[in-house]
Order: sequence, then C-alpha cells, then structure tokens
Amino acid sequence: MASIFQGVGTATTLSSSTSFDTNKFHLSSRRSLSERKVSFVVVRSDAGKMNVGLNKIGGRADQLVTNAVATKPDTSAASTASKSGHELLLFEALREGLEEEMERDSRVCIMGEDVGHYGGSYKVSKGLAPKYGDLRVLDTPIAENAFTGMGIGAAMMGLRPIIEGMNMGFLLLAFNQISNNCGMLHYTSGGQFKIPVVIRGPGGVGRQLGAEHSQRLESYFQSIPGIQMVACSTPYNAKGLMKAAIRSDNPVILFEHVLLYNLKETIPDEEYVLNLEEAEMVRPGEHITILTYSRMRYHVMQAAKTLVNKGYDPEVIDIRSLKPFDLHTIGNSVKKTHRVLIVEECMRTGGIGASLTAAINENFHDFLDAPIVCLSSQDVPTPYAGTLEEWTVVQPPQIVAVVEQLCR
Amino acid sequence: MALARRSSNLLKPLSTASSSSSFLNRRPFSTDDSTTITIETSVPFTGHNCEPPSRSVDTTPKELMNFFTDMALMRRMEIAADSLYKSKLIRGFCHLYDGQEAVSIGMEAAITKKDCIITAYRDHCIFLGRGGTLLESFSELMGRQAGCSRGKGGSMHFYKKDACFFGGHGIVGAQVPLGCGLAFAQKYRKEDHVTFAMYGDGAANQGQLFEALNMAALWDLPAILVCENNHYGMGTAEWRAAKSPSYYKRGDYVPGLKVDGMDAFAVKQACKFAKEHALKNGPIILEMDTYRYHGHSMSDPGSTYRTRDEISGVRQERDPIERIRKLILAHDLATEKELKDIEKLARKEVDEAIAKAKESPMPDDPELFTNVYRKGFGVESFGTDRKEVRATLP
Repeated sequence: MASIFQGVGTATTLSSSTSFDTNKFHLSSRRSLSERKVSFVVVRSDAGKMNVGLNKIGGRADQLVTNAVATKPDTSAASTASKSGHELLLFEALREGLEEEMERDSRVCIMGEDVGHYGGSYKVSKGLAPKYGDLRVLDTPIAENAFTGMGIGAAMMGLRPIIEGMNMGFLLLAFNQISNNCGMLHYTSGGQFKIPVVIRGPGGVGRQLGAEHSQRLESYFQSIPGIQMVACSTPYNAKGLMKAAIRSDNPVILFEHVLLYNLKETIPDEEYVLNLEEAEMVRPGEHITILTYSRMRYHVMQAAKTLVNKGYDPEVIDIRSLKPFDLHTIGNSVKKTHRVLIVEECMRTGGIGASLTAAINENFHDFLDAPIVCLSSQDVPTPYAGTLEEWTVVQPPQIVAVVEQLCR
Repeated sequence: MALARRSSNLLKPLSTASSSSSFLNRRPFSTDDSTTITIETSVPFTGHNCEPPSRSVDTTPKELMNFFTDMALMRRMEIAADSLYKSKLIRGFCHLYDGQEAVSIGMEAAITKKDCIITAYRDHCIFLGRGGTLLESFSELMGRQAGCSRGKGGSMHFYKKDACFFGGHGIVGAQVPLGCGLAFAQKYRKEDHVTFAMYGDGAANQGQLFEALNMAALWDLPAILVCENNHYGMGTAEWRAAKSPSYYKRGDYVPGLKVDGMDAFAVKQACKFAKEHALKNGPIILEMDTYRYHGHSMSDPGSTYRTRDEISGVRQERDPIERIRKLILAHDLATEKELKDIEKLARKEVDEAIAKAKESPMPDDPELFTNVYRKGFGVESFGTDRKEVRATLP
C-alpha cells in the first residue's frame, strides 16, 4: 500500500486536512487551507496496517497543493471527490458538532464567557444562543473556578454541560474543580455519580499573544485520574471528537488550538462520531514514526515534504488522544519503523512527550533501534517578540534535521 | 392536651429489627401527628434584606419525638466514631458533627428528599438525615465494601444519589459552586426543588463562594447557601479570620437570615422560609449559629484555641438534644425514663451497626481500578456510513 504513495517521491500527503506551500516551509506557517476535497470513511483495520484517513481517490499520487494561503479560496486542484461533502472552517466544524449534539439531546448545554450573545470569542458557539435560549447557552461572569464547579454540579444532576474556557490558560483557575471534583467524583462516590462534562477551549502558542495567553495545559492535566484528554487538529476530527466527547459519560478535555480555527476542509455531510481513544494515521511510512498532535501536525507535515524530497519515508501519526495514549496504533507503528520522533508543542519538562516517551520505552523497548527523540517547546514563558516566539516552538527545519540524524 | 400516654406501647418490647433498617424509620413512641404544638424559637430571627419569619413554629408530638430520636442517634454515632478512631479502625481524617445535629434535623423536617443537599466534609449526620443507614456510614468510615461509597471515599466522601445527597467534599468551599450547579440543573429542568449548599464559617471567606453567589443571584437559581457557623475555622476563631463575621449579610444584595443553629425548630422554620424564597426569588443565605463539641477533626483536641469552660457552657445551655428533651417533658409527651430508653436504644443500634460493619470485608484489590472511568470508555464511534462501528469498549 505504501508503495503507491511513495512511488513518485513527491510530497504526497495522505493527510486528511492540509498541505503546505513548499516555498514557505521555513516560516512558521500556521494557517493552511486545503483545496482538496477528500472523502472519508475512516476505517480501522486491526489486521496489519492502519489506514486511517485514506484518500479514496487513489492513484493521484502526484497531487500537490501549491497554495496554502487563506486568501485564495479557489481550488486549483481538480479533485474529484467520490463523496460530496461541504467545506467549512474548523471553528464551524466545532459548531456543527455542538449544534448536532444539542439538537439530539436536550440535556446538552454550553457555559462559558461570551458564548451566548457574543457567539464565542472564536465564534464556535455563534448563533446557538438565539436558537436554544440563554439558559442552554449560558453567558457566565468571569469566574472560572465557580462556573466550572457549576458545570460539574449540573453534570452530577444529569445534565451534560460543555464548559468553555475562553483561553485554556484561564482554566488554571479552575484546576481544583477539574482535578478533584470532575476527575475524582465518580471514584470517591463509589460510582454513584457520573460527570459527563466536556471542557474545551483554545490553547497553545498563538501569534504574539504573550506568555499568559500561550499556555499548553495538556501537561498539567495529564495526571488527573478519571479524565480523558483529546486534541483536535483538523475540521474533520474536530467535529468528530466534539461529538464523541459530548456523548461520552466521562469528563473529557478537548484541546483546540488558537491558530487552527481557520483551517478549511471538506467534511462529509453524513453524521459521524470519532473514537476518542484512537490516533490518526496521517501518512503511512517506513523509516521513522513521527508522533505529534494539534498544530505541530502541520509543522511535521511540512517537514515531511522536505524529507520525502530527500528520500526519507516518515510515518506521521496524529495521536489525538492525549490521555489515554493509543498505544495500539503507536505500537504497531514502532514495530514497523523502529524509530520514534515525538514533536509536540508542550513544554519539555513533564509534557505529553515526556509521558509518551516513557510509555513507548516501557512497552516497545525491544523494537527500538534508536533512542526516542522528543522535540518540544522550550521551557520558557512564551515571549512576545515574534522572532523569539518562533523559536520557542518546534520548527520544520529542526524536525528535518532530527529525522536525518535518527535515520542515519 | 394530655395525650394518652401510650403506656401499652412502651411496655411492648421494642422490635429489634435488623440494624440495616434505619432507626429513623421506626417510631415506637408518639405517633400523634394531628395535635399541633406551637413552639417559640429561642431567639428571634435576624434578617438582612428580607422580612424574617415568625418565631412561632408549629409542630406535632410525632415530630418532636422524631427529632429527639434522630438526634440521639446522630450524637451516638459521632461518639462511637470517636472511639473507633481512637482504636484506629477509622483512619485519616474524621470530622465530627456532634453539637450541630439540629441543623441537619431541622433542615430535613422542612424539605423533601428531592431537594438537594451538598456539604463539606462534616457530612456523617447529614448523610444519616438524608436516609443513609448506620451500616453504610460505619462501613465507609472503616473503609469496607458495605460503605456508601464502597469504601473508596472515606469520611469526607459520603454520597447518596437516590436521596439527592451530593456529598461529602474535602476541599473547603469547592462544594458551593457545585451546589449552584445543582440549582442550575433544577432550574434548567424547571423542577420545583431547591438546593442547600452548606459550608462553614471558614469557607465563607473563599472567593469561589462569592463567584457562585453572584451567578446564582444573576440567574435566580434556587440555591440556598447555608453557613454553619461554629465560630472556628479549624483552629482560627472567626473574629481572627473574617473582617465581617455577619455571614448572613455577606451576600450584600442577596437576602440573608441569621438563625440559632442549636434550635432545631428555628432551623426548620428558616429552611421552610428559605425554600419558599428561593423558588420565587433566587438565592438566600442562612447563617446557622451553631457549635461543635469536638475539635475540627479527630486530630485536633479542640482545646488549644478555646477553653473547656466555653465548651461545657454551650453544652449546658444550648445543647440541641437537651432543648428537645425539655420540650418533650414540658409537653408531657414522654417520661424521663422513656427518653433514656430511647438513648439506650440508639446506643444499641449503633453498636449493632458497628459490629456488622466490622464484618464487612475490605474492598477487593481489583476495586482499585473500578469506577475511575464510567464503564470503561463507553462511546460508540462510527464513520459516515454508520456501518463501520469502530469501537464500543466495555
């Protein structure tokens, strides 16, 4: 299977979302649009290879997206999708997921700052308050600790609230509620109460937002027992994960990224719910497994283009599920390639990459030919200056350099 | 209103049902529900931004006897927990409620089992008041399987979902936003019920309390915030921790009521008043002026920051059970001896429950991993054609 896609040696990505402008690969490009209409039936084959996110249109291996800039919406690529879908941006995909679930279950409600009348600071809940009313789409005062607690209390009574942190960093104020009440109540009550909340919000390093608004909370929350964490990265998985998170009876923290909200993609018209605990195979390969999530996926794919030009064949997996890790997919990949590179936006110390490194070492040590390398953000507060900010996060040239070194 | 003394009942041997049936369900004594007795509360209520209710509370002989019986049981349970802790059968933290029983009893008399109660870690008696059994209580304290949280919660995590008792929380003040969330759900579902979110004078200084109160007032949630002011936040007296010890006034725009928390009838009247208010007008704060005889927890002797004279003074003058005893004797509902018998029965019940709880086994080792997630991960995920069901993990 892999040979079909590798044959031409071009930067063919099987990514379900976007590709990058090859000219700009050394800049920290963030927004990218995909003009390709890709169709999905996300199939998980347990036997052998994972082919999640298959491009059903097969033989167009030399399909190159030349333009990754938001201002040019006309599609130059003549993609003939076998299934029709509709094109939208990531925040609209999140909203679609929200709306579908609110329609389906009257217990689903949203609460957060400016989610109602304002429509959400990133427009994720735009239009929902006029439709569902002020109680179901609740504008809260600026009191994260209390409204997170309120959401959890409401969940104990049987509602299914979605709590939005305007920026993930603000949820640090609600850490007690998330850790003690959200994560642990099911256990300490002996199973009497379930807390089906979804805590979501944008996080990650944005564009010169400053240190306090560029936080990555995955690492802080990961040890809390009883919660699940997922990170979305494309409109397709954003909608699917949102729906799955709402339907799950466990508390789920859905990490979105500030810079990914305007990603455009075509997603299916039919309803679909993704698996919360599953990783996504972005690009199958042979030489090295690159594990990533959220925005770094795009940096990795950009680096992958360069790597393919240089003759390497990286396997890129978007782990999506940050807690628990999908060790099944990851393990199969490690067994195939024997080399692992983790690229994340988390901090070096105690980040998701650190846990993942430990997990892979513990479980798949025999299959590794080289030590696991983890590329993470620097252990510094995110500076305001643009050039410095660029260098706090991992850039594609660094990824390329590490892969070359690992695959020597 | 010389009630026919039911001497025949008294001579009948009290049926000793299995200790699992709550003592609270059996009423061997006065079952007269029809006669109304009017009782004046010890002190008048003080209102803030509201008209306080009247001092006269109507009650029946049955209710009076029930109050006595239930409070005797609660008191006995807490004292038994004290000795269990000292014999190291209960470990960790054990916060005892003796002295404050009137708050729980009075509240229960005014509300239904569909109204929600949420409190902090001093929850044993409130659990009992909500219908929890002694066996569940002692088993949970000793970490056994028969406990209300299967032994995995402990003293600070008693819950009873079917009676709308939401615990049982260790972190001071964190239960108040949860309580407002319960009230939010009640409003969302347009239920005619209220939530009592209880906290102490120490927690009254927490910021999240005011955040939650603001939201409750903003959206007219049926939340009643009950401050059980026992005047000490662990070892710190209230005048050393709070600039304004009038906790019922702290709500500012939210009305408040100060209640003598050692008088079960005052509590009952206040809770009734509060429930009516909350259903119409939104949140209200009740400050229950109460006292705990034990220290903050079993690790605290309780005498380093207050004098023994103070404790015994309160015990003599304001003890809630004594007050009810005097009322019963004054209204000729039972004799001294009968009341003593009730207390003996309570003691017996408690001892039986402890014996039974000791027989209950510790949780099995696999229980360590149960209930971390709900049913494992139970989401069914599917692709667009709905034929590929990819995972329904157990």
